[in-house]
Amino acid sequence: MLRYIAGRCLQALVVLCGITAICFAILHLTGDPAALMLPESAVQEDYDEIRSRMGFDRPLVEQFAQYMANAARLDFGTSYLQHRPAMAIVLDRLPATFELAVVAFIMALIIALPVGILSATHRNTPVDYAAMSTALVGQSMPNFWLGLVLILIFSLGLDLLPTSGRVAFGIEPRAVTGFYFFEGLFRLDWVLFSDALKHILLPAMTAGLYSSARLTRLVRSSMLDVLSEDYVRTARAKGLSEWVVVNVHALKNASIPLVTMAGIELGLLLGGTVVTETVFAWPGIGLLTIQALQSDDFPVIQAAVFLLAFIFVFVNLVVDVMYAWLDPRIRYA
Amino acid sequence: MPERAVAGTQAPGVAARMRAAPMADAWGSLLRHKPALLGALVLVAIAMMALFSPWIAPFDPAQHFLGEARRAPLTWLESSNRFALLGTDHLGRDLLSRIVYASRVTLIVSFAAVVISGFIGVVVGVAAGYLGRWVDVICMRLVDIFLAFPFELLALSIVAVTGPSLTVVVVVMALRVWVVYARVVRGATLSVKEKDFVQAAVALGASERRVVLVHVLPNVLTPAIVIATLYVGRLILIESALSFLGIGVPPPTPTWGGILGDGRSYIDTAWWIAFFPGLAIMFTVLSVNLLGDWVRDYLDPRIQT
Repeated sequence: MLRYIAGRCLQALVVLCGITAICFAILHLTGDPAALMLPESAVQEDYDEIRSRMGFDRPLVEQFAQYMANAARLDFGTSYLQHRPAMAIVLDRLPATFELAVVAFIMALIIALPVGILSATHRNTPVDYAAMSTALVGQSMPNFWLGLVLILIFSLGLDLLPTSGRVAFGIEPRAVTGFYFFEGLFRLDWVLFSDALKHILLPAMTAGLYSSARLTRLVRSSMLDVLSEDYVRTARAKGLSEWVVVNVHALKNASIPLVTMAGIELGLLLGGTVVTETVFAWPGIGLLTIQALQSDDFPVIQAAVFLLAFIFVFVNLVVDVMYAWLDPRIRYA
Repeated sequence: MPERAVAGTQAPGVAARMRAAPMADAWGSLLRHKPALLGALVLVAIAMMALFSPWIAPFDPAQHFLGEARRAPLTWLESSNRFALLGTDHLGRDLLSRIVYASRVTLIVSFAAVVISGFIGVVVGVAAGYLGRWVDVICMRLVDIFLAFPFELLALSIVAVTGPSLTVVVVVMALRVWVVYARVVRGATLSVKEKDFVQAAVALGASERRVVLVHVLPNVLTPAIVIATLYVGRLILIESALSFLGIGVPPPTPTWGGILGDGRSYIDTAWWIAFFPGLAIMFTVLSVNLLGDWVRDYLDPRIQT
């Protein structure tokens, strides 16, 4: 097991180096990275200064080595808009994106598990058809459109939920960390929790749309695979209730592929909230990056890309290890 | 791995069935499969719409009438003498005409991306699977690296450097999808490489180039085609998202995502600007997906994406 984990860690490290190399390549795509790092108001002196300070006047190989070394220290330069290290700015926004992705993930699971199981146990009945058609429509719907429609119905039409932001004005100081929803939940601060919940509901539905549709289909097919196994028949034969057979015996065995897919979905969600954050003005990394793009704040964009890619690799590593732990055959493959 | 697709050429499997009466058989199967048929019909209609936009669109999509901005659907516009079936946008342009014209960009970009990424993915996949060893290791690590990137942010950072354009959008989208082809095609190549007919060709002294082009390539194209049909829908969604974020094909070219993005600011006063392009995207993607599911079931139901 240790050997397996070490091997996977090494692989992850290689991927991280590759990610950094591509970030470097993007920076040099136009051949003049110094120009990208500067605001439009910059003068020739600024240009020369940044060229020598960032080492853009040195050979490319040397620059690459320097870039890798900086990346290892999470140094992607200074945001010229906020005059702070770019990575620090991105890390400030991480709790918002993390919270959105995790709540979206939980909502996707809450939908996918019962609907997928029901679909599998009622195969080829109207229940199954309805569920699978809904999943197909869900996979075909642009989530930013769903977000706007949700705003139209629940915020503008029924006036039930807010259109944007993470908490109402004045609530923010109640939270010590950047995790408003989870802090409210764990500290049992009802005011904070209910307000954060109201704000996160629509964005999480929007962000989790695609995942819930895909996971529903996956739960169904994994359950169908195991429901025809001998041990399910044995469980039925010894007189267990159908509920126990399905939700204990079958689900446990169907969960192995589900863990992997769910892990990948979580990784995708963490990096894929840009659109949702834009629709709901959710102050996470995605919105930050869009704003950085509009003001050509390049170091921030690079730091954001690197950080989210890093998280994706890390989540995948954890999933792989969990998978090997659940299914010992993987370790020796 | 797609064992059946690969075995197709030897066994009386899919490929043999296709060779017997390829078009007639596929056509018959499509006619029996009602949802896919519906998807195909809608897609043909949308393709027609894109092809003949100037004849179908009731008005010039670029002509704006600031005095008639944000008029509701089904209104008669007095001063410009128009009937706005789907209303007008924030500049008084006819929404229906803009949506009709926008189908062009979406279809062109998505198909271009699917074809380009397919080409790259097949080449990389066959190279990795057939040559093996270090080529395989490098190719597959490269796939891992590209899979790890948060796609929208990667697109953002590339556009930040190059500026938005049609070419950049196609390249960025191809960067997202080639890895999917590469993985599946590599797997198919690995199993076809071990088949007797390939071994026989090698034993008979066929050159490596001939083995790859004549024996391996035709047998890994089926999974590639399935990936292509399953990913067109995903690519249309991605293209729309990029346009929505303002990093897609730049204005004044109308795109569904772009119109939707414009409409976002007017959602409280003119919901139709954002609503209708979203419907257009959804129906297109749904049709592609219905058709894609059938293509997969018909060619090779085992392919997982």
